[in-house]
Amino acid sequence: MNIKHLTEIAIALMRARLKQTLVAAIGVTFSIALFVTLLGFMEGLNKLLDGIVLNRTPHIRLYNDIQPSKIQPIDLSKAFVGYHHFISSVKPVNNRKEIYNAQQIINKLKSDKRIVGVAPKITAQVFYNLGNIDLNGIINGVEVEQEAKLFAFGDYVTEGNYKELQTISNTIILGKGVAEIINAKIGDIIIVTSTEGEQFSLKVIGFFQSGMLEIDKVQSFASLKTTQKILGVNSNYISDIQIKLKDLKMAPEMAMAYEKLFKIDAEDIQTANAQFETGSGVRSIISYAVGVTLLIVSGFGIYNILNMLIYEKMDTIAILKATGFDGNDVKKIFISISLSIGIAGAIGGVIIGFLMSLAIDAIPFSAPSLPAVNTYPIDYGLQYYLVAIIFAMVTTFLAGWLPAKKASKVDPVIIIRGK
Amino acid sequence: MEKKIVLEAKSIYKSFHDPVKIDVLKDVSFNLKRGEYVSIIGRSGSGKSTLLYILSTMDTDFTGELLIDGIGVHGKTEKQLAAIRNEKIGFVFQFHYLLNEFTAIKNVMLPAFKLNKLSEEELENNAYGFLKDLGIEKLAKKMAYQLSGGEKQRVAIARAMINDPLIIMCDEPTGNLDSKNADIVFNIFKELTEAYDKTLLVVTHDLEFAEKTSRIIELHDGKVIRE
Repeated sequence: MNIKHLTEIAIALMRARLKQTLVAAIGVTFSIALFVTLLGFMEGLNKLLDGIVLNRTPHIRLYNDIQPSKIQPIDLSKAFVGYHHFISSVKPVNNRKEIYNAQQIINKLKSDKRIVGVAPKITAQVFYNLGNIDLNGIINGVEVEQEAKLFAFGDYVTEGNYKELQTISNTIILGKGVAEIINAKIGDIIIVTSTEGEQFSLKVIGFFQSGMLEIDKVQSFASLKTTQKILGVNSNYISDIQIKLKDLKMAPEMAMAYEKLFKIDAEDIQTANAQFETGSGVRSIISYAVGVTLLIVSGFGIYNILNMLIYEKMDTIAILKATGFDGNDVKKIFISISLSIGIAGAIGGVIIGFLMSLAIDAIPFSAPSLPAVNTYPIDYGLQYYLVAIIFAMVTTFLAGWLPAKKASKVDPVIIIRGK
Repeated sequence: MEKKIVLEAKSIYKSFHDPVKIDVLKDVSFNLKRGEYVSIIGRSGSGKSTLLYILSTMDTDFTGELLIDGIGVHGKTEKQLAAIRNEKIGFVFQFHYLLNEFTAIKNVMLPAFKLNKLSEEELENNAYGFLKDLGIEKLAKKMAYQLSGGEKQRVAIARAMINDPLIIMCDEPTGNLDSKNADIVFNIFKELTEAYDKTLLVVTHDLEFAEKTSRIIELHDGKVIRE
């Protein structure tokens, strides 16, 4: 029995019940379309939300942590080897926050093939002076080009040209929150006071909006040089080295290796932002669960319709069997009906799902905290479409399997004699 | 020359168990030779239809032995039995049983799709030939439900012939037809035995029809009382 003739019979049976067949296929189309749209939307949202943090967070950060020494003098005493000490309130010594040989470390890191880029950074505690009032603040000294390339710095500078930070000296990009409080406009000169008590005049060339109000109220950006001037340190002073990796998952392992190699503290992104991974995971699971439920429901639709078809076509099945078709052929016929409903539905669903995604992608969406986003986010990942199609195939196959098995068991004698 | 035996039934017993045990067939034995035109007659309830379905291999719930073309049917799988039916047995039923979803010629070709020995063009050619022999070649492209009763029955006969079977079995083939159409069917059958050397086994309660066949097997209460 070749496939061509089996499909011919299957098509004839479907044509006899065209309306129900269409309804079943539309059911699949609908659920696949929603599945694809839902997942694309949800994952788009996930990526957006994660991006707020993950895009701007270095995968590994090298710095000198303020910590008491892990080895206390008593541990060095030969008399107490293997003992445990109970010294409480151990204080750290006043070691510098500066990274020794920062430039050499950066050069070394740049030759590492697993790394996308390295960006040095300094942070300076300052006060923004507003008449008599001093506002707490932090100025991040950054290498503008690297910062823009690796951490999408440019996306979050909502006004002004961030490149001027490098080209014009004594300039600052203010956090949006700070700017509002001190009522600064682009081109204004503001005064900041360093923790050492020195005052500096800085020209405002832009505003920065991170999406997190608490950050925007405190943080501003300046070039490395300007920040070094505020801190009153030489031009080799670097307190943080930010590393972006090709593969995020390598971060913990590499952080440990760098800690040993450079005798420095290293923090990986997974440790710093553990909660984000969890959140995305849960959201994905929920959207998959909803999508799969939709598919199962449409599977029941197919099951019902095939069952009905079999009851109606008992005569046909009986005559096929009487003339020498075996149970297996009959089963194949009904499974191929079910699968063609599934395939037709899946193709339609994927197309409609894609169009729905496009439509959602065009809906304007602006949140003050997300300056780089103008429409609802959609992830057009091919994997959702593939998963949807595979799921459609599996559910329709299973939905066809039971009725097909029943059809294959039809006893032609009972049907023919019963007439 | 002695004609070859194509179907052999040896002491076939069959009983229904629901609700009480009823013996439908008791010790039925006979054989059919090639080219024979045989009718099975008997009152309703005499077990003649039951016998036919046993002989057709569709009903395997019986004791005794049944050989078709020398092959025993006991212990064969459903698939093997289907293959035997497909290749060696043609069917004509009382209620025509064409598939309404197909044209007349597709109905004729259907069992041959399963056998899958000839190309589709050859099959179509053969099917058309049979329809022509039966005088209904004009209806080939019509859908089955558009045909009249007598036409349907002739299409069913063409279908029974398509795989060149040894035996053609008919269950009340004229039960639904008027006498004119019944005569036509009878003559077609007669020609099949003479021209194509087919064995015909017809279950009927139409005595007039049966009298004209070459051999009558009469059943009464599940027993063969005349052969």
